[in-house]
Formats: sequence, C-alpha cells, structure tokens
Amino acid sequence: MTLRALQHGFRDWLTSESGPLAGRYPAGLAVYLNTYRAQLMACLSDSYPMLVAWLGEAAFAAAAATHIDGSPPHGWTLDAYALDFPVTLDGLYPEDPEVAELARLECGLGLAFVGPDAAAVDPSRLGNVDWEAAALHLAPTFRLLPATTNAAAIWSALAAGERPPPAERLPQAASIAIWRQGFTPLFRTLEAEEGEALALIRAGHGFGALCAALVERLGEEHGPARAGAFLGRWLGDGLIVDVN
Amino acid sequence: MVDRHLFGLGLRKPHYGAFLDGAEPVPVDFVEVISENFMVEGGRPLDVLRRVRARHPVALHGVSMSIGSADGIDVDYLRRLRALVDAVEPLFVSDHLSWSRIGGFNAHDLLPLPYTGDALAVVCANIDRAQEALGRTMLVENPSSYIHLPGEMPEWEFLDMICRRTGCALLLDVNNIIVSASNHGFDATAYLAGIPAARVRQIHLAGHSQGRALLIDTHDRPVPPSVWSLYAAALERFGPVATMIERDDDIPPLAELLDELALARDIASDRERRAA
Repeated sequence: MTLRALQHGFRDWLTSESGPLAGRYPAGLAVYLNTYRAQLMACLSDSYPMLVAWLGEAAFAAAAATHIDGSPPHGWTLDAYALDFPVTLDGLYPEDPEVAELARLECGLGLAFVGPDAAAVDPSRLGNVDWEAAALHLAPTFRLLPATTNAAAIWSALAAGERPPPAERLPQAASIAIWRQGFTPLFRTLEAEEGEALALIRAGHGFGALCAALVERLGEEHGPARAGAFLGRWLGDGLIVDVN
Repeated sequence: MVDRHLFGLGLRKPHYGAFLDGAEPVPVDFVEVISENFMVEGGRPLDVLRRVRARHPVALHGVSMSIGSADGIDVDYLRRLRALVDAVEPLFVSDHLSWSRIGGFNAHDLLPLPYTGDALAVVCANIDRAQEALGRTMLVENPSSYIHLPGEMPEWEFLDMICRRTGCALLLDVNNIIVSASNHGFDATAYLAGIPAARVRQIHLAGHSQGRALLIDTHDRPVPPSVWSLYAAALERFGPVATMIERDDDIPPLAELLDELALARDIASDRERRAA
C-alpha cells in the first residue's frame, strides 16, 4: 500500500470506520478513533460554552456527534472546525431558531477574539472632518448577524450566570453587531434601521451617503439627526477605527 | 547547537499570570508554546506571546504541519508560521514526525507513518519545503504511536535518514519512546543508541497512562520513573540539550512543574559532575 493509499484509508477509518484499515490493528485504531472524535467534541464544546448551557450537555453532545459524523474537518487549524456548526444546528433545530442564532453569536465572538488589532478612533481628533465626504472605517473584527430571536438576551443571561429568558421570536427582524474593543469581544442588538445603516457603511459608503439614505427615509428634518446619533453611538462603542 | 543545558516549561493558561505578571521572571531558561495557538491575526493571544517573549526565549512547537502528508504541506500554514517565526525569533521551531491531512481532510491528530522509502521521500520533501519557507532549521519530534505499520526500517533509522537528507535536527520525546517501545515491543535503549546524537537539540519529558491494551501518551501526570531513567541515559549520549516538561492536562500548580524541572536539572548536573 502506498503512503497516499494508507492515508486515505486512515481518513476512511476515522470518518466512517470503513476502508482497508477496518478490522486491522483493532486496539491501535480504536485509540486513534477515540482521540479524533474526542478532539472534535472538545473543540465544539470549548467554542460554544453558552450553547452547552442552553441545550444541556447531553443534547449538545448529540448535536456535536451529528456534526462530527456529517462534517469532517478540513482546515489546518482546529478552531476552524467550529465555524460550520451553526449550519448543522439549522438542520437539527428548525423549530428552535434561537439555537443556531446563539451558536452564530458565540462563533462571532470567538472570531472577534483573535481578529486583527485596530484602535478605535479618538473622537476628539475629528474636529476638522468634512463629514459630507468622510469615509467611516469599521473595526476589522466587525460583523453583523441577522437576529430573529432573543438569542442575544439568552447569551447575556447565561454569561452572567443568571436564569435565561425563554426563547422567543423578536417582534421585528433585527441584527447583532459584533466587534472587539481592546481585547474584549462585544456585541449589541440593533434595530433594523441601525443595522441597515451599518451595512451601508460596511459596504463602503461614506457618512454623506448614510445621511442621504436616512433623509430619504425620515425626511430633511430627522434624517441628518439620526445619522449623527448613529455616528455618536458608534464612536462611543469603539466601532470606528478611522475617519477620512 | 545548544552549548549548555537549558530547562524550560510549556506555557499553559493556568500559569499565564506567573509568566506574564510575576514580580520576578519564572526561573526557566525558555518557554515552549504551541505554535498554532498564536497563528492568529491579533487579540489577546498575540499580546500574551509578546509579553512572554519580552521575559523569556520562546520555542515554537507545532502540531499541525503534517510533515508526513502525501499531499504536501499547506501553503497558508507555512505562511502564517513564518510570520510567527519572524515576530518571535524563536529558540527552536519543531513539529512531529506524523501526518494529519490528506485529500482535503484534516484529522487534527498525530497519525503514524510507515517507515518506508516512499514515506521517507515524502517527509524529506516536506521538511525541505518547510525549512525553505521558514528560513531556518526545523526540529522533528519522534511521535508516540499505537499502530506499528509495516515498514523497511525502525523509527530511529528513519529519523537518522531525514536528518541526513534535510539537515533538520531532532526534538527527542523520551516519553514517546517509552510509550512506543511498550506498545510495539522494541528496546528503548536500542532506540536511543540509533539516534544521531549530534542532531538532538531538545528533549520533551512527560507522563503517560495505561489504556486497556496500550500505553497512551496523555501528558496528564508527572514524569514517571521509566522516563526519568531513559532521560538520564539520553543525556549520557547527547550531552547538553534543551529539556522541557510537557504537561497538557490536569495541569498542576506551577511550583510542582518547577519541582519536576529541578529533577531534570539534578540529573543533568549529576551527569556533568561524573563527566568532569
């Protein structure tokens, strides 16, 4: 057997307990299989501690086992293995969308934790900015997740060691902004209008375009004021790392 | 080349406070970190590494290079490791004589190789590529294994061959020798005798557990007498090396690991006294 054939055989053993190695080296192969599955299980439970708390250990382990069976790891970093778990949860919990949303929130916080460094802009240095032409640069760790449930409130309660609220659908679709300030990943639930405003900025539109969009929606009197309020909030959140 | 004995510990989260913020640096000659934990874009992990590096020489020890893969080494992996090497200027860069990726699959485990000419060609080509990408000599660590695949030479001869062909050096894990010798029925002292002494730069010491049929390389308990005994024999053969206690689970207080490291220092001192 060539090295390549042996390695494909090992992959088949680990992912489906089949292939040319099955039945040979039973004690040794059992050790490798146990290590493989235990490593992936630990990766998932370490990546989703609040989801473990929400589902309970047994249900989480069952969901993780389904993921391990159906989605073998591909990336060189084990951390990447956790990223696709929410897709498996979509399929396992179609009637409980807070489960996958909670997972996507945890996943986003994990990505922000090791994302690129960038210091928030100092608002006191923005005195001479031409706001009509200004481009706003969001933190490189920024991401926006759609939210249809109170997964964010569930996460916050679990993280604080409090009894989480029952899962419920939000009255209106919203979004969750995730970013990192210093070394701490943060998130905030946004109403639809602010989420759309941040999506506009993320797409490369400047503050002038944001004002125009809000004027169109809210009129000349309220549009610029809303844009200014958003900007003030984002600066306070440390979401903006450059203005030029 | 290490011209004197060095003694180090692995950096593990429970000990971050002591290594980063202790009034005095932890009394070790170097700190070993798992490379992949710091091959990230930013955030706290890199800050931790920068602060540790400000106090100690750092050895980068990898688990994901997959130098035995018939598919070669992941290019993105090498690029990121090179960036880390440039940032840290490490004492050593090491990974294992094993493989983990094939055909887009990655097992995230140190899987065994058959010691054949086919495997030797693959491993040497991969080490050549890695050393070129990293701009430095790598250390290759002997693995512990639970399957003895049919081959054409013993593991120590395979290690000797890759050193000769690639110019790489060795990280000898004494515990892994004990584990594999027990699992595959070879003589640990014969293994030591077959290792090219001039190529050994670093030694790992660790503990293992008895599984149902095999010894398992668990790194979850103190270094056992069998490993200490083989370590003493290893120092007789290899002379000054960098020794490190590798503990990954059930991590005890730092003082306990420093006590274990003191045992290694005593064994090295004893050997030097006798040599003098």
